[in-house]
Amino acid sequence: MSGSEVQAGPKLELDDVRKSYGDKRVLNGIDLSIADQEVICLIGPSGCGKSTLLRCVDLLDPINGGEIRLDGEAITARGVDANEVRRRIGIVFQSYNLFPHMSVLDNVTLGPRRALGIERAEAEARAMELLERFGLADKANDYPNRMSGGQNQRAAIVRSLMGDPEILLLDEVTSALDPELVGEVLSVIRDLADRGLTMVLATHEMGFARDVASRVCFLHEGRVLEAAPPAELFGAPQHDRTKQFLARVIEAGRL
Amino acid sequence: MSLHGPPSRGTGPDTNGEQVPRRRLFAGVSEFFAEEGAKAGAVAVASTIFFFGGAAVLISRSANWPSVRDQFFNPDDFSASAPDVLEGFWLNIQLFFWAMLIIPVLALAIAVMRSLRGPAFMPLRILAVVYTDLFRGIPLYLLIVVLGFGVPALQLGGLPTSAAFWGIAALSLSYSAYTAEIYRSGIDAVPESQRSSARAIGLTQWQSMRFAVLPQAVRNVVPALMNTVVSLQKDVALISILGIRDAVREAEIYKTRTFNYTSYIVATLLFLAISIPLTRFVDYYTARDRAERSQSQI
Ligand SMILES: Nc1ncnc2c1ncn2[C@@H]1O[C@H](COP(=O)(O)OP(=O)(O)OP(=O)(O)O)[C@@H](O)[C@H]1O
Ligand SMILES: [Mg+2]
Repeated sequence: MSGSEVQAGPKLELDDVRKSYGDKRVLNGIDLSIADQEVICLIGPSGCGKSTLLRCVDLLDPINGGEIRLDGEAITARGVDANEVRRRIGIVFQSYNLFPHMSVLDNVTLGPRRALGIERAEAEARAMELLERFGLADKANDYPNRMSGGQNQRAAIVRSLMGDPEILLLDEVTSALDPELVGEVLSVIRDLADRGLTMVLATHEMGFARDVASRVCFLHEGRVLEAAPPAELFGAPQHDRTKQFLARVIEAGRL
Repeated sequence: MSLHGPPSRGTGPDTNGEQVPRRRLFAGVSEFFAEEGAKAGAVAVASTIFFFGGAAVLISRSANWPSVRDQFFNPDDFSASAPDVLEGFWLNIQLFFWAMLIIPVLALAIAVMRSLRGPAFMPLRILAVVYTDLFRGIPLYLLIVVLGFGVPALQLGGLPTSAAFWGIAALSLSYSAYTAEIYRSGIDAVPESQRSSARAIGLTQWQSMRFAVLPQAVRNVVPALMNTVVSLQKDVALISILGIRDAVREAEIYKTRTFNYTSYIVATLLFLAISIPLTRFVDYYTARDRAERSQSQI
């Protein structure tokens, strides 16, 4: 999975990233370095800043301190075209957020056509290819409110993949789904991991994290308290906070 | 591919799409008969005849009725004044039409300006706020008088002096301020996450607005917009203050000449002929829209 022959620099680096909402400090100096083709799982209690971190990486929220680098390039520096950066990064949200007034096909092709200026026919051909791959070809002309949560979420993933992102960010993409629909979405993500896509995912699915992650990061009070391969982090956590969190997760039957 | 998703208002196994609207056009009346059975129907008819018939008898027996009838409902004056009032009304329709072209565009521009984010757009946001505060704050009557009499009196070179032009300008400025606020409430009702998703797939702020937010926002406020159209249709009559020979002005001219008010009734009927169907249509559309939305929420 992470067997990169050419030892290049990290794909994504977070350097002392800080973010506050008003007086409330959410990210308190995040340091994280992610290699190409790595799959990073962010875990941690509710409110520890997982979603905020992902939103900041996609420049949907401005940070208050530190730096984020993509391929060594500071994307949080002044004068960087945020739209340009967002086209290199994909993000999928917990609540899918497909556009309700468009068919799946239009949802999926909107970005390439408007942001990248790709012809409709070409964008649709590419879209159909991806929809096919994720078992949604027959839903292309359906509207989001006519589909299940799992189908919505898979369509949202397709939408984020249309621009061939270098990194995909996934924010608890299975949390809003009925239990029987979680599997179909997870298998899509596993497929992407197998193809070597660099991903950062916030998740409560510890079993899945153990399965697919190259490293698991435990976030606590806006910092990365511990980051290690899943066997290590789940098997022999170093910090008390991590142990407590995992104990609670096991209690809840999620590991 | 239809814009609003697959047609989905199956209200019953045997209602075809055309019957539903017709029934709802008289919502409340025809549904009563459908639901309450024959006996209740008979009672309803009897009491209605009794009530309105009684009122008619009382009014026509009153000592003042003959003079009221001659002053307001005189058939001769009706047919004598109708052609001029009708011609004036045609002008009302044209002015209404022009205002209808200007208002939606201007209002949308104001609303979008006000909804832009980021420090660079501060001047535009301020402009939009000042505009809405100003033109919502000035009574329409005052605005029409100031623009319609005041501006032409300045005799500034290059500016039109036609009263109709300034009348439309006043109507459009005032109504755009209200309509912009309607649009803005629709924009605010679109969840923030929709904007985030649009930005996330690489769209610019403007593109996100145009393709993701506005279509949903406009759909949110169509009923409110249509109510504005109904009231605009009536307020067009206000520009008769400027001496423009619209329906109201023509009715007034007739009255001044003959001391008979029947011409006003002609104008009244003409306005009602437009506004009642329009209101009915708004009610019908709003009900259908609500039904469609509640159905599509799975
Ligand atoms: N737009 C905002 N304005 C103010 N506070 C915010 C905003 N977004 C997030 N927060 C706060 O920041 C903190 C971190 O939120 P965040 O959504 O990143 O947590 P999370 O780790 O994703 O939690 P969860 O597991 O519940 O999704 C929370 O306390 C939240 O209340
Ligand atoms: Mg979250």
